[in-house]
Amino acid sequence: MIIAIASGKGGTGKTTLAANLAKSWEGPVQLLDCDVEEPNAHLFIRGTKLEETSVGVPVPVIDPALCNLCGDCGRFCRYNAIAVVKPLPVIFPELCHGCGGCSLVCPRKAISEKQRRIGVVETLESGDIILIQGRLDVGVSLVPPLIKAVKARLDPALPAILDAPPGTSCPVVTTIRGADYVLLVTEPTPFGLNDLAIAVDMVRELKLPFGVIINRAGSGDERVNVFCREQDIPILLEIPDDRRIAEAYSRGVLMVDALPEYRKMFLGLIDCLMKTISK
Amino acid sequence: MKIAFTTSGDNLEALLDSRFGRAPKFLIYDPETKIIEVIDNKQNLNAVQGAGIQSASMVAQSGAQVLVTGHCGPKAFQVLKAAGIKVYNTDAPTVAEALKRYQAGQLAEAKDSDVEGHWV
Ligand code: SF4
Ligand code: SF4
Repeated sequence: MIIAIASGKGGTGKTTLAANLAKSWEGPVQLLDCDVEEPNAHLFIRGTKLEETSVGVPVPVIDPALCNLCGDCGRFCRYNAIAVVKPLPVIFPELCHGCGGCSLVCPRKAISEKQRRIGVVETLESGDIILIQGRLDVGVSLVPPLIKAVKARLDPALPAILDAPPGTSCPVVTTIRGADYVLLVTEPTPFGLNDLAIAVDMVRELKLPFGVIINRAGSGDERVNVFCREQDIPILLEIPDDRRIAEAYSRGVLMVDALPEYRKMFLGLIDCLMKTISK
Repeated sequence: MKIAFTTSGDNLEALLDSRFGRAPKFLIYDPETKIIEVIDNKQNLNAVQGAGIQSASMVAQSGAQVLVTGHCGPKAFQVLKAAGIKVYNTDAPTVAEALKRYQAGQLAEAKDSDVEGHWV
């Protein structure tokens, strides 16, 4: 069972929700931090590191002895990553998407591939929680391949919670694709509603079942609730705007650990998710 | 030795375009034969990424060994350098003025790109 947590924008409490959900889970559970540009679930789930693997993407290298400067590779690459100039074509690894096309089109078989590191995937253990997180190297912009590497670590025999990057761009789609259910986290404000509507379009396009969680409920207006009612979208949880939650976070403690009534709330959510997914 | 200029026009009186990677055209001038050749850079203007890189390859293919332009980003510079093309930056308003300054030896050769990437 794979549950992905996403939100149309950052700062909605998506990561704390993922951490709270993992902490409330009964039995072993995997938490995948797919926000590889800024992984922060480890701030709430402190574990011991079990392993670390570096992740690379293939980049082309040209053999000067074979290349006759025909230019086919440069014309083929739609990412403009190859400039065919005398005496040897120049390759820009940071622009290369690793499609492998240039080595296929090269008539002289002058292009081979080598691995270029883009980041690491780390596995940490904290009680029943296995935290798997990706960490992109500085200056690298290839986010989706690293997210795929994080997801490749997922053990399908165990339940998994996926914390997506904020927004609705390509990395988010890479994260939530294949999930059994998507939780969209939002806030009860006009901005929150605006971003939620965009996120709803995204999950509908991907044809994934989804529901909404309202964070800091009561701090804004009713627009999100009205929207969900009109669109027939279930609101699975409304987390109140409770000072004690913020106070617990400031001490680095999750709400489900600090406040028993919230643990109960999350158990209810898990129960509801299980029922929905098995249907 | 052919000289390349970035421009939007077709002759020496045309304005010098200050952005190398997204210049509409390259004017290639051969001081010995006085022949002018104009290369259209339209296909690179709208490139999502790597416009400077492909512009640099076009200049290299033209056979020019010198480039006189306003500014040149790091990736384009790397390609030009690999191709052995010397780069000179100038704020001259027209191609003719830039040529005059170059021939008078008033321009210093750029040793590095003078703007950050994405400026192209
Ligand atoms: S592998 Fe693909 S993206 Fe990379 S340089 Fe070759 S053609 Fe371009
Ligand atoms: S396609 Fe092959 S031979 Fe042609 S320029 Fe590229 S590397 Fe050289």
